[in-house]
Amino acid sequence: MVIAIAIVRTRDLLAVVMLTGIYGLLSANFFVVLDAVDVAFTEASVGAGISGLLMLTAITMTGRKEAPRRHKPFLALFVVLVTGSMLIYGTMDMPYFGAVDAPVHQHVAPRYIHQSMEEVGVPNIVTAVLGSYRAFDTLGEVAVIFTAGIGVLSLLSLPRRRRAVKSDEATVEQMHERHMVLRIVSKVLIPFILLFALYVQFHGDFGPGGGFQAGVIFAAAIILYTMLFGLETAKKVFNPSIIQLLAAVGLLIYACVGVVSMLNGANFLDYNVLADDPVAGQHIGILLIELGVGITVAAVMLSIFFNFDGRRQAQQHCTEQKGEHDVSRTL
Amino acid sequence: MFLGLYNYWIVVLLMMIGFYIVIAHGNLIKKLVGLTIFQTSVFIFYISVGMVERGSAPILAEGISDYSNPLPHVLILTAIVVGIATTALGLALAVRIKESYGSVEEDEIQRQDQLNEDKS
Repeated sequence: MVIAIAIVRTRDLLAVVMLTGIYGLLSANFFVVLDAVDVAFTEASVGAGISGLLMLTAITMTGRKEAPRRHKPFLALFVVLVTGSMLIYGTMDMPYFGAVDAPVHQHVAPRYIHQSMEEVGVPNIVTAVLGSYRAFDTLGEVAVIFTAGIGVLSLLSLPRRRRAVKSDEATVEQMHERHMVLRIVSKVLIPFILLFALYVQFHGDFGPGGGFQAGVIFAAAIILYTMLFGLETAKKVFNPSIIQLLAAVGLLIYACVGVVSMLNGANFLDYNVLADDPVAGQHIGILLIELGVGITVAAVMLSIFFNFDGRRQAQQHCTEQKGEHDVSRTL
Repeated sequence: MFLGLYNYWIVVLLMMIGFYIVIAHGNLIKKLVGLTIFQTSVFIFYISVGMVERGSAPILAEGISDYSNPLPHVLILTAIVVGIATTALGLALAVRIKESYGSVEEDEIQRQDQLNEDKS
């Protein structure tokens, strides 16, 4: 762990991104060791997959080399050392690692652990807390993801252009033609990845998993498709405007579940009233909101990636055209 | 005597590495990587706080009585996905900055801003 970071500090950007991927995977392992299987799942799919991919795409646009350091690092080092030693001094009063009687374990956790089975009826306590006890928090987080998606959209989306020039498309096709083996193998793999995402989505009540992870995995499968078959093909299959719509629909499903339970005379996002039996109502509620979460996360991740990639291709297109002009001028 | 606190020290170490990258490097992408490391250190902090000795993962099963605290897991689970969304936003900003300034180096951007101000 520490080793991975020590390397991250010193290399150039491409290596840095690769190392961040490794770092993400390592911290996922770390989370498994610490019993946080759900978190590990998310970190493995996000930290090691999507984030590295996005950073790579960004680097192709912003340049790979980091400029040689100009300002002196000593001041920064000093600040860091002082802050760090103060923080370590602060930890002296903290409870020991793994202590059973630490204050964190005294307040709400016992209730979650002992009563969630009767009240919510879902074996995975994390899902119960996420979907039922703290559903309002989760709604807020989904809203944040949605907002970030809109932000990326407004920053990077391009004005709708007419179809790209034919010759350009042909070269793109050719480039993708070259990786025949890769294409066929991943064509076989993609359905299974999608299936796995659905499994993670609907099995989240019983094992590690849930809407967040499933959304990311689902998006990863489609991103894989995009990388191998080109953005244009992928856009034909998954219409970007429908994806943007879906991002909103997911959030809406979530909020509507809350409103429906309000209409039935309970509090916002109190699922007990969704069915005759409170536990069955909880099941329905959690299933629905996890579905909403999954849809939003997948759609936002996809539209973020589509926008990055579209931007990158447009830039490359521009530079190519410029290059052609230059050549003609010199001729 | 203080060895039981080692998890916090790892967290602090990681956090300071991230912090150092953020304040000492000029490249915006590198800064974002630093932020990611900082972020992960906070995640590890929460998760390690929720850890219970001889506990098991918080999925109810027969014959297990000790579970880790599920609450930090929930918080961090959502925080990771929110984190990647905000990182994407940051990267998008960096891309746009590159387009309008031609660079993602902090001092270069500042220099250009200075020039523009002097002109106007």
